[in-house]
Amino acid sequence: MRNKIFLSLLTAILIVACFTAASFAKEDFRVGVSIYAGWMPWYYLMETGLMDKVAAEHGVSVEIVPFGDYINSINAYVSGDVDACVMTNMECLDMPAASGIASVALITGDYSNGNDALMVRGGLTLPQLKGKDVYLVELSVSHYLLARALEMHTDFNEYDLSIVNTSDQTIGASFISNDSWQAIVTWNPIVMQVAQTPGVTNIFDSAQIPGEILDLCVVNKKTLDENPVFGEALVDAWFTVMNIMVKRGAERNEALSTMASLAGCQKTIEYTRQLDTTFMFYDPQRAVEYVQSQEIKDDMDRVRNFCFDHGLLGENARSVDEVGIQFPDGSILGDKENVQMWFDTAFVEKYVANR
Amino acid sequence: MNHPFAIDARPGRHTYLFLSSLLFLLLVVAYNVGSHIRLQDNPRDKIMPSLGQMADGIKRVALPMQPPEGKDELTPKQQKDQYRLWKDTWATGKRFLISVALLFVAALLGVNMGVFPYVDAFFNRFMTFLNSLVAMSLLAIIMVIFGTGDTSKVMLVQFGIFPFIVLDAYLRARSVPREQIVKGQTLAASNFEIAYRIVMPQIMPRILDSIRLSLKSVMVYLIAAEAIAAKAGLGYRTFVLQRYIAMDIIIPYVIWIALLMFLADHAFKLFIRRTYPWAGSS
Repeated sequence: MRNKIFLSLLTAILIVACFTAASFAKEDFRVGVSIYAGWMPWYYLMETGLMDKVAAEHGVSVEIVPFGDYINSINAYVSGDVDACVMTNMECLDMPAASGIASVALITGDYSNGNDALMVRGGLTLPQLKGKDVYLVELSVSHYLLARALEMHTDFNEYDLSIVNTSDQTIGASFISNDSWQAIVTWNPIVMQVAQTPGVTNIFDSAQIPGEILDLCVVNKKTLDENPVFGEALVDAWFTVMNIMVKRGAERNEALSTMASLAGCQKTIEYTRQLDTTFMFYDPQRAVEYVQSQEIKDDMDRVRNFCFDHGLLGENARSVDEVGIQFPDGSILGDKENVQMWFDTAFVEKYVANR
Repeated sequence: MNHPFAIDARPGRHTYLFLSSLLFLLLVVAYNVGSHIRLQDNPRDKIMPSLGQMADGIKRVALPMQPPEGKDELTPKQQKDQYRLWKDTWATGKRFLISVALLFVAALLGVNMGVFPYVDAFFNRFMTFLNSLVAMSLLAIIMVIFGTGDTSKVMLVQFGIFPFIVLDAYLRARSVPREQIVKGQTLAASNFEIAYRIVMPQIMPRILDSIRLSLKSVMVYLIAAEAIAAKAGLGYRTFVLQRYIAMDIIIPYVIWIALLMFLADHAFKLFIRRTYPWAGSS
């Protein structure tokens, strides 16, 4: 009898211990990153140990986890394996937000300003693409770019041509070696490699739709609400690198060459040329202004319509309003009862104020 | 009566049925519980959809679609999406059938190598070399040479399995007792009669069995190839659906592929048993 009481007491203690342990504030956080011109600062933070240093100043620990594959990194974020992840505005909406993972776009790092491009052989024009095979990663921002190009410059749409889903691992080499491929849509660094092939022209790129493809650092809202210090550490670390990148001098050159080699570039200039087609928000104040502008709302509206039209908000989604997107001024695009994506400026504003 | 764990214990028909269903049942129950917990926590969770959501997913890929309200015609997007399951099954099935048909050519080659020493001398080392290549590592090269259409997908399968079937058939042909060939010769059988009427018929069931066992590898290579470039196919679809975590369709697709493989395997077994009843069960 005494034994039983002892056992149940022990169990009770264990259970309580588990619960209290779980409700303790988290201290270890993980950020998923993948290789892209605008995200290399994260790799720099990881490689130089700067992330550890900044995180320690905020009393937390932040691990940057590099992923070889972009979609895998987002899957890891959706399943809760990492607390934050870099992704575009489109994937943030159609992957985590559409699956009910409330997500905050904490840092709007840059927009693609030519990093995504539609390239053709034999001087084809956009109207001439009708009926042709176009190679791209289906349902990615490349697909979005194609839809926008056709919308702006032709009277037909993507259903009048034939999209071939092609892995981003091989799309560049395959296009260069197969003369029968007439059109591809892809992103950098592949765009740069392909553009050097004789006879290939770039007929539409993201510089023609500035601000529509945003590269974000997205944080799980629940984690961020419970641990605002995690957000502060990320913003602090990010703009520490931004400051290094804008100041001329040895430190900048060294940072750029580190980022270039981590991005797999042979020379630093290959990387800086990619940065030329990336509109970086180096200045936190400028980033805040952009995220608070009307422009970002209009762009998100286009992106969410594309997502809805392609079933990316769920094939059963009844309207484009199914998933709500909230902006810093409190205005909401879509369902007010189901806001799953937030554009935040509070953290960056706080960083600016404390600087 | 023996206790259940004795070597001589024989479960009755009903016991067998019960025991063999138990793990399936457990899987379904465990999945349902997991899915239920996740959906309670987050009703929009897409990672473990409920059985009802998957049934709805199957409806969307397999059954006719309804035009949007107030319209008579399907939208272009719906036309593209309608009957996805059947279109994908046909696209992959076609590649599968062509690939398997080519494996019969491999078997024929192997038999000839086993019977005719000059054919053996010509092909043997090269086939051994090809068999040592890891087909998957050639993927990029195959795509460059054969493009990204069906040809390259079938070629990947052939690089992976063709040499194996050749060498397998070769060894089996060689294992036919020399006495039988000599016997054929004393009865004035021609070279071709010996190859195709003495050697081949008796090793055919074993070769078919080797092809049957490689069906799964055929599918693995096809799905890998479809991940690289495709407009349709069972593998293609599961990759594209990842883009919006449509597990309500991906899981039924995975089960559908398993079912098709099971049926293909069974059809092969049945064919072998019917055609070569003397070969014993395989």
